[in-house]
Amino acid sequence: MSIARRILVTWLLFGVAAVGVCLLAPLVGSTSISLLRVFDSSVPFAENADAQIFFVARLPRVLAGALVGSSLAASGVVLQALLRNPLATPFTLGVSAGAALGAMLALTLDLSSGIAGFSAVPIASFAGSLGAVAIVYGLARARHRGLSTNVLLLAGVTLNSFFSALILFVQFLSDFTQTFRTVRWLMGDLDVSSYAPLMAAAPPIALSFAAFAVLPRRMNLLSVSDESAASRGVDVHSTQRLAFLSASLATGAAVSLGGPVGFIGIVVPHLIRLMVGADHRLVLPASAFGGAAFLVACDTVSRTALAPLEVPVGVVTAIIGGPFFLWLLIKDR
Amino acid sequence: MAAYKRPLVGLVLKVPLNVLTPAVLTRALLALALLTLYVVSGFSRTVTVAAQAPPQRIISLIPSTTEMLFAMGAGPRVIGVGNFDRYPPEAMTRIKVGGLIDPDVERIISLKPDLVVVYGTQSDLRAQLERARIPMFLYQHAGLPDITATIRELGTRVGSAKEAHALAGKIEADIEDVKKRVSGRTRPRTLVVFGRDAETLRGIYASGAIGFLHDMLEAAGGTNVFADVKRQSIQTTSELAVARAPEVIIEIGVDTASAKGRNLSAWDALSSIPAVRNKRIYQLRGDGMMNPGPRISGSVRRVAEVLHPEAFRK
Repeated sequence: MSIARRILVTWLLFGVAAVGVCLLAPLVGSTSISLLRVFDSSVPFAENADAQIFFVARLPRVLAGALVGSSLAASGVVLQALLRNPLATPFTLGVSAGAALGAMLALTLDLSSGIAGFSAVPIASFAGSLGAVAIVYGLARARHRGLSTNVLLLAGVTLNSFFSALILFVQFLSDFTQTFRTVRWLMGDLDVSSYAPLMAAAPPIALSFAAFAVLPRRMNLLSVSDESAASRGVDVHSTQRLAFLSASLATGAAVSLGGPVGFIGIVVPHLIRLMVGADHRLVLPASAFGGAAFLVACDTVSRTALAPLEVPVGVVTAIIGGPFFLWLLIKDR
Repeated sequence: MAAYKRPLVGLVLKVPLNVLTPAVLTRALLALALLTLYVVSGFSRTVTVAAQAPPQRIISLIPSTTEMLFAMGAGPRVIGVGNFDRYPPEAMTRIKVGGLIDPDVERIISLKPDLVVVYGTQSDLRAQLERARIPMFLYQHAGLPDITATIRELGTRVGSAKEAHALAGKIEADIEDVKKRVSGRTRPRTLVVFGRDAETLRGIYASGAIGFLHDMLEAAGGTNVFADVKRQSIQTTSELAVARAPEVIIEIGVDTASAKGRNLSAWDALSSIPAVRNKRIYQLRGDGMMNPGPRISGSVRRVAEVLHPEAFRK
């Protein structure tokens, strides 16, 4: 099969799977609703509980899961290629810790007025992630021409622990109920209950995916070595820059939308590689679709497993992802 | 194997090991168990049994017990309070010694208290104060009746039994009065929210069927929409809020940095909820509302007033 055909088949198969999961997920939940009543136009929307559950509670949530899942999975692929490290995740380079610190501050200072009618928490967490990206990027460029992936990795890991310490300090200063809310934020929550947060997160994610579209061929060459990529006409530095910035932007937007949902960025890319091989022209789109399907499916479990209680979605992904990650560590390569 | 081990251990313990027959060992173990039981019960006795003289240097770490002490007239003998204690204003003049999860043990001990009021879950603090031989009053709250029970016990312990019994009796009478006013009226299905992110319907936390918020709602003549959830709190998704279709939503909040309070218009997105449609969403603010202390009867009344306004018209 030619590569063009394989790409087409991958897009079709994984695209259909993702769309299928997203269509099925709004049909199940903690309450049973009737599709007939959802689309019953004789009842005004304002009074139609089934329609509100479908359109206000479930649909935005499923879409949020799809956006967050595909962003994190695709960012995982890009960062694993950039760092040439199979264990890299979207949260390795400090983006999520920066986002978490921003969210913690907004929750603890209780910025109740919000900013321009939006909740302050996603705005603060997005700002925090951008701050972290700027610091890591600045450090990685400081003493090197282009980006040093070693410095990226070390700066990211260090920044992660530094921000975590600051987060603990903020939690220590805040009172009991606030601490609980901040801890809950860290577990991830996709119940956005309106379309506005989706609209806010969509532009940066779309921008990142536009960048992802030009990356796969260059990443294939980069994953061998910088030198061989350069000898094949790849502008190594600009590719690294583009990869780092786009993956970070997507991660920041995803985390500000749904919280730092763990393990998606590592489980999904590796599962996909087991299915389609290592070619990034296949892995990247398949991971984007697969991440959406995986997170939406996990969130459906989170909504229904202990209903009416809700298992935080990050707990569900971690229970599935943690053991998988460990298996990955010891499996023969 | 045994022949090799025995002299070695015997040398270390300096006892003839052949004395340690199974029978002797069993008796020794039994004695040890009894001793442990005695010591442990002794500890708990120092904790619960009243000392002879009423304490003069009291420390209370939790806002509700601080309020209780001041309300029963023991305020002048309170020397240290928790970091989150705001009421009565006089309490804020006392030395701050940490809170529920981060008590400043060093400062507590340095103040030489003769009674520290400790919440049941503060096990580390308990162990440390036991080692320092500082008397404690232990309590734990699960619901509304525990509040007046604690007031009476605490009053007896600090030597203000008469005032404490009067205070508890007044609170119970006030709650009884509210119950009488609302009895026989239809009890609206109510969602009691005690946490929500600003401007959105995210991070909604509501009272489950256990705890004093639930008891307050019951006493005030409402029915909890989460009466089937046997927990103190439940994170409420927008789907749950619509599915449970509360007739009244009450947001109870503490006074924090947000002086203006939460914007209730976020609920408009879920207009199929009867409470939203009929504009029966209320916000009850003030730090007394979330505080299981002496002001609880006032809080019950405020809840009852929004649930049954007609019952309180003169």
